[in-house]
Amino acid sequence: MTTTEQITQARDAAELEAIARRIREQIVRMTHAAQSGHPGGSLSAVEILTALYFGGVMRHDPSDPDWSERDRFVLSKGHATPVIYAALAEAGYFSADWISSFRSLGSELQGHVVRGRPPGVEMSGGALGMGLSFSVGLALGHRLDGRKARVWCLLGDGELNEGQNWEAAMSAAHFGLDRITAIVDRNHFQNDGAGTEIMRIEPLAEKWSAFGWGVHEVDGHDVGAVTQALCAARETDGAPQVVIAETVKGKGVSFMAENPAGWHGKGPSDAQLAQALEEIHS
Amino acid sequence: MTSQAALPAAATREAYGAALLRLAREGYEIVALDADLSASTGGNKLATEFPERWFTVGAAEANMISIAAGLAATGKTVFAASFAVFMPGHCYDQIRVQIAQQRMNVKLVASHGGVSVGEDGASAQAIEDLALMTALPGMNVVVPCDVVEAEAAMVAAAQDAEPWYIRVGRPKLPVVYTESAQFELGRADLLREGSDVTLIACGLLVEPTLRAAETLAAEGIEARVLNMATLKPLDEAAIVEAARETGAIVTAEEHNVIGGLGSAVARTLALQAPTPMEQVGVADRFGESGSWQSLLERFELTPQAVAAAARRAVARK
Repeated sequence: MTTTEQITQARDAAELEAIARRIREQIVRMTHAAQSGHPGGSLSAVEILTALYFGGVMRHDPSDPDWSERDRFVLSKGHATPVIYAALAEAGYFSADWISSFRSLGSELQGHVVRGRPPGVEMSGGALGMGLSFSVGLALGHRLDGRKARVWCLLGDGELNEGQNWEAAMSAAHFGLDRITAIVDRNHFQNDGAGTEIMRIEPLAEKWSAFGWGVHEVDGHDVGAVTQALCAARETDGAPQVVIAETVKGKGVSFMAENPAGWHGKGPSDAQLAQALEEIHS
Repeated sequence: MTSQAALPAAATREAYGAALLRLAREGYEIVALDADLSASTGGNKLATEFPERWFTVGAAEANMISIAAGLAATGKTVFAASFAVFMPGHCYDQIRVQIAQQRMNVKLVASHGGVSVGEDGASAQAIEDLALMTALPGMNVVVPCDVVEAEAAMVAAAQDAEPWYIRVGRPKLPVVYTESAQFELGRADLLREGSDVTLIACGLLVEPTLRAAETLAAEGIEARVLNMATLKPLDEAAIVEAARETGAIVTAEEHNVIGGLGSAVARTLALQAPTPMEQVGVADRFGESGSWQSLLERFELTPQAVAAAARRAVARK
């Protein structure tokens, strides 16, 4: 039977850092095995998912993925499958043995997220801009049912080019939904290059604020600080909250972080995998 | 089915508000969404008795569809309504990824389908929506012919867990069905028996097709008439049976001749029972302003056009 205590139990700081390293390792292993996938925007979100799933932020139960009172995590940047699969496997939603099948024919681990496949994935995605609206729908449904469940929605910063995000932001505030938190993985790079060159989204905090959201800004690679920011968002009533997490695309793997646009959507070679693993565990 | 001259003309869209209220009163766990066109779709009628179950998201169809998917993920039966040009037009990808791929319990009720929208002109006249919707795996696509069938289809949709697209229209039309008529997804309804040709129609073209059959009968051509309210899943057995028994087929629809009822019937015939066939529909062009009756004349969506097509089909036997 699922209880609140077992769900919200947080790991200590050293343990969270160890978990983040294991998730990073799985991200590079997965994209190496598939020779495709999206490592850069997965590595930037590692501490965010670590905090959510292991930092005592989200109420969830890996042994009961359909628990009706669970918090929902919606991966709107649906190409960042390596990081969510690694986090779900680490949490015990499915066997880590599945990881090597990523993106192969018949795998439960599809290239972009598919609802319920594997267990723990709440929404199908891959077409950007839809997740926050879906989250608004979840939050409206929970409110109708009198549920306390919260919705956590991870957005890419490049994804914010899509106008639907701002339709969703408008509607979350309009409907007075305060059990919804958006998290922006602010890694500054999108598919074609630097966001400043492709499509500028600053002033980002002011945009969210103008849409009626409470804004929290944080170093997205300080897992303790991310946990604190997410908890602060959770404790704030009266308006939807956004956590803007300042991150580095490819964080933890030097050759990816130094060339983020080059590592949006491909897998490392054997030699690159070896180097990446050495750096992650050093 | 019987012809009901006694029932007043009504628009198929008028079924929507009535169906929502009926479903909610009967205890269905429905919610409904609109995108700033609720007075036209009738969706706002739900709010008169169940205000907490109705949401208007403003003029933002993409947001509406993704919100609908999220609500469905919490176990609700969700209706979403707009005009057929905007839904799917403004939100095709949201319907594709979040409704169809996720097989969400969402019913899309698209009002103001076809050229019979009238004076608003080309941008407001959906002639390609059925092509877009039938091409989505798992999407059920229904085009009711009158207000009675429309309400029955909406109730049937609420009793099913899969995604549906129901296209209704703006003009007031003669009622074809009695109140007791039953709608069954995927079943063609035989409206008139005949052995010389089969006329297969949906939506607004059903009643004119019945009139065409009367004209043809006076000429000695006995036409079978099928109401093919469900475009998907298509009643292929009824089509093949009609082809074998009558030897000539005509389709009639208020939609582009590419990608709608005619295309679906032609595919069935080509694969299973090659048969002479003629199409009545919009000849691959956009609409324009005008009264809805004048537009049906302009686009040759009339009893005369159906009868002429039937004569051509019979001549090819």
